[in-house]
Amino acid sequence: MSLDPLERQTDEGGQELRAQHELVITGGPWPELEGESQTMIINMGPQHPSTHGVLRIMMELDGETVVRAKPVVGYLHTGMEKTGEELTYVQGATNVTRMDYASPLSNELVWSLAVEQLLDVEVPERAVWARMMLVELNRMSSHLLFQASNGMDIGAVSMMLYGWREREETLRLLEMITGLRMNHNFIRPGGIAADLPDGWQDETLRVCDLVEEGIFEYDQLLTANPIWLERMVGVGVITTEQALSLGATGPILRSTGFAWDLRTAQPYLAYEDVDFDVIYTENGDCFDRYRIRLYEIAESVKIVRQCVERMPRGDYRVQDKKVTPPPRARINESMEALIHHFKLFTEGFRVPAGETYTAVESPRGEIGCYLVSDGTGKPARLHIRGPSFYNLGTMPPMMEDRLVADAVAVISSVDPIMGEVDR
Amino acid sequence: MILAADPLFKNGVDGEVVLIVIGKTLVVFALLLVLVLLYIWFMRKVIADMQNRIGPATAGPFGVLQTLADGIKLFFKEQSIPDQADSFVFKLAPYLSALPAFLAFAIVPIGGEVSIAGHQTYLQLADPEIGVLLLLAMSGIGLYGVMLAGWSSGSKYPLLGSVRASAQLISYEAAFSLAIVGVLLWSGTLSTRGIVNGQAWTGWDSFATQWYWAPASIAFVIFIIAAIAETNHPPFDLVEAEQELVGGFHTEYTGIRFGIFFLAEFMNLITMSAIAVTLFLGGPSGPSLGFLPASGTVNAWIMPCFWFFLKLVILLYGTVWIRASLPRLRYDQLMDLGWKWLIELAFLWAMVTGIIIIAKQQDWDLLLVVPAAALGALAVLGFLRLCMPKPGEFMDEVY
Repeated sequence: MSLDPLERQTDEGGQELRAQHELVITGGPWPELEGESQTMIINMGPQHPSTHGVLRIMMELDGETVVRAKPVVGYLHTGMEKTGEELTYVQGATNVTRMDYASPLSNELVWSLAVEQLLDVEVPERAVWARMMLVELNRMSSHLLFQASNGMDIGAVSMMLYGWREREETLRLLEMITGLRMNHNFIRPGGIAADLPDGWQDETLRVCDLVEEGIFEYDQLLTANPIWLERMVGVGVITTEQALSLGATGPILRSTGFAWDLRTAQPYLAYEDVDFDVIYTENGDCFDRYRIRLYEIAESVKIVRQCVERMPRGDYRVQDKKVTPPPRARINESMEALIHHFKLFTEGFRVPAGETYTAVESPRGEIGCYLVSDGTGKPARLHIRGPSFYNLGTMPPMMEDRLVADAVAVISSVDPIMGEVDR
Repeated sequence: MILAADPLFKNGVDGEVVLIVIGKTLVVFALLLVLVLLYIWFMRKVIADMQNRIGPATAGPFGVLQTLADGIKLFFKEQSIPDQADSFVFKLAPYLSALPAFLAFAIVPIGGEVSIAGHQTYLQLADPEIGVLLLLAMSGIGLYGVMLAGWSSGSKYPLLGSVRASAQLISYEAAFSLAIVGVLLWSGTLSTRGIVNGQAWTGWDSFATQWYWAPASIAFVIFIIAAIAETNHPPFDLVEAEQELVGGFHTEYTGIRFGIFFLAEFMNLITMSAIAVTLFLGGPSGPSLGFLPASGTVNAWIMPCFWFFLKLVILLYGTVWIRASLPRLRYDQLMDLGWKWLIELAFLWAMVTGIIIIAKQQDWDLLLVVPAAALGALAVLGFLRLCMPKPGEFMDEVY
């Protein structure tokens, strides 16, 4: 009680931050403070309403201005990559799907593509198109989540519920198709877990209509709102060089005028056969990232519509007995089928020795899977390149010399998913 | 004598008069509390409706008792005081915040002149001759509650919140007072009863000719904006911006102390809306039922109260609508709006109003005076805008 409250509130954390400041990735040289420090070190997070989970940002504040910022990660570390080395290739999909919990199907897709590359199998056409449709539906739901949380972070509270309203419909559709709202484990090495259910076309088209109505509504509500523009335009600016040198991908890179999208840059699945545009803008600010995500929803709707129209008939998983379990009916009548099924789900299938790096475009950027097999039923090494982790590095240059309120807008526009950052 | 204007005190103060005053005090106190309960319920229901939700639905019919249930819960919760807090100031702050909110409501005329137990009296708790100044004083004192709460918490987010609070409330106090001047020039009195009497209902055209919102239209708009900022209501709720400062000045508060802040915030909002009704929308004035006697219960008691509460609910609905739809401003944008626009506009509007009033008194040609005054004001505004620092330009700090 002897100290003056103002004096008490400058703490020792500043020393630590200053000592480490050369380690922090930043957009330019940090200003050196001279004389008596008038700044305050504040920890935004890991428990804070707008840090999207457990992100912690150390900030040095001069009044309300952020002098330095440094994201600190590791609060959601679950050791999923290590766990992946203890699971078979079939079980692996349940593991990776929990990393980016806002777009689990992208994780499953990149895992399955990596395993299939090592196995050297070709999945049937129907599975390819179904995967593409599911991933795009998931991109819609993920970007809708961004619209919701971004609106809330800027203070437009109603936007949160409008975004969730449409997202709910998308998740309900995913539940109808995959059986679960998230962590689906539906895209598996060799194809998809089950065929698309009856009536999926009508339901998908209905959801497409709803989402299109929804994004029109958000556009009306926010895009021309003067307060919204003041809060977003010119805030959190990043250049193409900075974004590239920090390894940022996805909407952050595209907002700087660099039209890099793996769906067109390295086409996978059937993205070459569908018609869609890569959205990119020039300014690299929060408003551009908001716009890109808004219009990407519309592009995803376009792709999903084409998938519904052109979905091929045929098998939904590869008919390779080494990879695919026997059908349920065979198990009841055949001892061999039962044994085969049992072995496949306990030991798993063996994958030829080798390594691969496979990448796809998740809603947040390039999600990559580096997989090493030593010829056994379990991977020798698994590494996931989570786009959120690299995107976090763009926060300090975006935040510095701006106000605390802008820092919140920046966190929101980077849209990190901490499960994917810490893995 | 602060209450002297009320006809209640014409024949001296006796026991009955004291009882009437005590009764009125209790009624106003209870009324404000009930209004807060209902307003919070109303706000949650309306916002829920705008957001495709149901809102509170279980406690009482249509969930109307939800706020009461929350209040009771808060009352029985443990109240923690942070280790580093200045505990005396920490405990004092909520009351500093709530008390002025109660006191400011005392000057609001809810109805006309009525007769209680044979005594003629106004349907308002107090009618001091300096009524509007009392309001400004109370909103100034209310600031201390917020500021001290943040400062005494011994924590960083509340400190940021209270720094924002001091800057925001002091800046908007100026625009707020200058907007009120726009009305005072027309009414010529500081007493709220006097202001309301100046807007008496004389026919259906009184809506435009008598009520001050029309002659003081820009002052009305400035008043509404400044009052929203004064009460920390969205889009100006920077002081407790949840997404930035967790809870702002009340981050460290728990239990009923938090509840009191919450109560004070909504009381301020209701008081400000009631003041806006009084100053600009005629207070309780409105058409009475012609087929009933003018001094009967319905026309003397019910109709004025009805009109007052109707106008109040319309304004409060507006605040809820704003809360549901607008994003929050940033700190520097808020300051820009306050200092670079509202204060100047309110000042110039007061000057133009003064010129028009003098022109009317001196029988000058209004067709000439009004455009000349408006042009002069625009010229001054343009000159002031030119003098302002551009973005990226800083003035030398003076030590």
